[in-house]
Amino acid sequence: MNWLIAILQTALLVGLSPLLAGWLKRCKCFLQNRQPPSVFQPYRDLLKLTRKQPVLSHDASWLFHFAPYMVLSATVLAASVVPFIAVDLPTSATADVIVLVGFFAFARFFLTLAGLDVGTAFGGMGASREVTISSLAEPAMLMAVFTLTMTASTTNLAFAIDHVLQAGLVLRPSFLFALFALLLVAVAETGRVPVDNPATHLELTMIHEAMILEYSGRHLALIEWASQLKLMLYGVLIANLFFPWGIAQSLSLNALGFGLFAILLKLAVLTLILAFAETAVAKMRLFRVQEYLGFAYLLALLGMLSHIVLEVLL
Amino acid sequence: MIAVYFILFLALLGIVYFALIGHRTDVGKINTALNGISFLATVWLAVTVLKHGTLLSENKAFLIDSFNVYLIVLTAFVGMTTSIFSAPYMAHENAIGRLNDQRLRLYYSMYQGFMLAMYLVLTTNNMGVMWVAMEGATLATVLLVSLYRTPEAIEAAWKYFILCGVGIAQALFGTVLLYYAAVQINGIDNALLWTVLYEHADKLNPHILELAFVFLLIGYGTKMGLVPLHNWLPDAHSEGPTPMSAVLSGLLLNDALYAVVRNKMLVDGATHAPTASYLMMGFGMLTFLTAALLLHRQKDIKRLFSYSSIEHMGMMTFAFGIGGSLATFAGLLHMTVHSLTKSAIFVTVGHASQLAGTQKMEQIRGLIKTQPVIGWGLLIGTVAIAGFPPFGVFTSEFLVLMATMHSYPWLTLPLLLGIGVAFAGLFRHIQPIVYGNKPEGQEPIKANLWPVLIHLALVLWLGLAIPSFLADWFSQATLLISGEKLL
Amino acid sequence: MNAQHLDFYMQTILSMAALVAFTSFLMLGQGRLLRLIFVFAIQGLLLTLTTGLAAYSLDNPHLYISAVLTLLLKVLFIPAMLRREVLKMAMHRDVEALKNKTLIMLSGASLMIFSYYILHPIVQTSNAVMINALAVGLSVVLLGMLLMISHRQAIAHVVGFMSIENGLFFAAIVATHGMPMVVELGVAFDVLVAAILFGIFFLHIRTSIDSLDVDLMNRLHEVEK
Repeated sequence: MNWLIAILQTALLVGLSPLLAGWLKRCKCFLQNRQPPSVFQPYRDLLKLTRKQPVLSHDASWLFHFAPYMVLSATVLAASVVPFIAVDLPTSATADVIVLVGFFAFARFFLTLAGLDVGTAFGGMGASREVTISSLAEPAMLMAVFTLTMTASTTNLAFAIDHVLQAGLVLRPSFLFALFALLLVAVAETGRVPVDNPATHLELTMIHEAMILEYSGRHLALIEWASQLKLMLYGVLIANLFFPWGIAQSLSLNALGFGLFAILLKLAVLTLILAFAETAVAKMRLFRVQEYLGFAYLLALLGMLSHIVLEVLL
Repeated sequence: MIAVYFILFLALLGIVYFALIGHRTDVGKINTALNGISFLATVWLAVTVLKHGTLLSENKAFLIDSFNVYLIVLTAFVGMTTSIFSAPYMAHENAIGRLNDQRLRLYYSMYQGFMLAMYLVLTTNNMGVMWVAMEGATLATVLLVSLYRTPEAIEAAWKYFILCGVGIAQALFGTVLLYYAAVQINGIDNALLWTVLYEHADKLNPHILELAFVFLLIGYGTKMGLVPLHNWLPDAHSEGPTPMSAVLSGLLLNDALYAVVRNKMLVDGATHAPTASYLMMGFGMLTFLTAALLLHRQKDIKRLFSYSSIEHMGMMTFAFGIGGSLATFAGLLHMTVHSLTKSAIFVTVGHASQLAGTQKMEQIRGLIKTQPVIGWGLLIGTVAIAGFPPFGVFTSEFLVLMATMHSYPWLTLPLLLGIGVAFAGLFRHIQPIVYGNKPEGQEPIKANLWPVLIHLALVLWLGLAIPSFLADWFSQATLLISGEKLL
Repeated sequence: MNAQHLDFYMQTILSMAALVAFTSFLMLGQGRLLRLIFVFAIQGLLLTLTTGLAAYSLDNPHLYISAVLTLLLKVLFIPAMLRREVLKMAMHRDVEALKNKTLIMLSGASLMIFSYYILHPIVQTSNAVMINALAVGLSVVLLGMLLMISHRQAIAHVVGFMSIENGLFFAAIVATHGMPMVVELGVAFDVLVAAILFGIFFLHIRTSIDSLDVDLMNRLHEVEK
């Protein structure tokens, strides 16, 4: 039964992620005075892509075929460890932050390899940029998450969420800083404005799109899906770590239903904020990204320091 | 107590009145009259305090004891005599076109504003209000420093504003710390009142108070021109109009020192340790020696005397730092004679530079031949400030030396050395100014040297014999500050 | 001490302290004047919130007055005045090249540690939240000074000056629940007059050196040449 719910939860997470992308697009269109497509458009796009025959370069090796599957499955595995609507699930034993970061790194590793594999200029450029950014973003993310896990004295996500739930509403300066840092990192990692713009194929600024420029057909569908899932995962992570109220603590149908409702509401709000930010902020120059991520790291570090200084030491 | 309200009200009235009609020709006389009335009121106040002891107003907002009443009288006196001097001086500046009517109005209005702030610093019983008034004094004078609107004047005023503003912010932090220490005592009300604080001094946490004193000393020390926070002082003195330099040197520095000493009294009562004393002695000595050396490198006559002010403030800080009855008595006496002498000097310097049309010492020559009154005034003033007998500065410096020899004999040597260096620094510049031949094209000007004469005569009197009522007065104040009786 | 054992007021104060200190750091590294002013206004807003909260939870009505004063002065009046000045001088596109930003930031961090260090002796005597507030207040003061040292624009100096006041105010509100009313009104009056004087000064500086770069004010020396 428990396992069933865990699998169901993961499936729900994977299945809902295009919907989140559609909702985000709708919010943005609304803010920019454009006619929005249906929220189900991403599903249709994915479906359309799977029906098309992938076109492969002559120089593409087996790695190129193989990578999209690896990327999606790694991301799905990551999804399985993130508590979505309930905390007390068998998967929570492995729901470790470091595991999560590992899965993301794993997916990214294959993506960059695939980008390099075909040997086009764009693929290599995108891969190098992706690696640069992630090498700066990862420490910030880990530092932010560690701030939280230090408060809860565990790196297990489920336990950390439990701890936050039990402590009730506690206003901690360290959480504020960690939240800001994690938001910044999430934006960078999921390739949103101002770090990267998923809606453009302008060669100077592409990062993620440059890497997957050679993909088509069902391969592209898999990668797109994976990146939508990643966006969703970050949203769930932020929502559940900092505002876990509403998550199902028992496995009754009522609690689960309420948990689902709560997380969808939180995600909708988060997405709205993201849409606002993407509308208001211009994309920054590539060379300023390190400043941006440095700032995120600084915030995370401040969170850690204020945890130690303001909350523990004295 | 009515006298206190009266002088505060009078100054307030002066601000408004001069702001409206401060450009009329007779305005200098009105300014003098206002300050004269204030002076009479303070004398009355002083007589009351000497007769009946410490006064506390009914709402506890004002406190007059023998320490501050003497400074109030001094403030009113120097304010009055300087206003006598300032009337023809400012009229002259207006006549030669350095100042227009609007600025004259500003000048007179802010003169009264400055006096108000000074009276408030001295009379208030609330150390928070004291801070506010001290900052108010900066704000009132900052536009006077830049009154001539030359780039130098604006630079000096900016420096003055920023440095004093930042410095005095430290004093506010010290005040907050002190208040913090005070509110921790149970059942304490109005914990910023001096009277309440003194009452509970022994219950205040000594750690916090020591820390607070460091901030207070830095804060008010900036206003006082303690090295290394003195940079604004020579600039502000040299670029502003001369009457302003006279009151800044004669009054503002004293009042800042007053604030430090008040706080020291409190901190000493709480800590029973010499930390505050050592801090004051260290800063005082450093200031004294640095300023004495810097005297030699000046070319502007007003800068020269402002470094001399810094030097004397250093010595007073040192004297109050030593503590004990003799040193405190010497410090009080030195405050008085320095105020009187220095404002007299600034008055003569103002006339001398008006005469020569410049403040550069190279171009002021042969004063005795050009206009003997100014020349002799400057010479005698310099002799007095350098600590020659029989002037009062000699007496007070001698007492400081005695106290030093008694408590910290090894510090006598640097003190003597500093006095010597300062003396040489002053005279190498002043000697060619007063003696020598009359330069071409310098004509005597209309000068009012009565203030100089009165001040120097008083200083001479204090040097020859301190009148008994004044001695009583000082020893009352000494008892209050140091807790020991002198005689 | 653990944050969750504190009451909600203390938790908020701690968070506010952290945020106020953070805004100070943001100002320190800011080369654009308009953003600097914006961050300064945010700091003022945080201060207003803290004061309002203190007034509410301590049931101290006179703190409401200081909150309103802070709002008017530090959030609206002074930033608006500075902003107007920047736009008038057409400096809103200038980016001040800060010499050695890393060094400045590191010195800022050291100043913060320094303020904790010097306030450490009084830890035994009082509540840890108070010490934090005092230390943060002091470090905001010190960071304000550092801001003035590291920036060359007169406007940045004014922001530094005013943020020093913010730090003092924060310490006073949190550690002592506000100074007596007469003192607060006096301080607010001083700040107001100072702000107006700064406005006058900008005019004077501009007319005398045709710039607001204080490095150009270098005519007066301690030892005359």
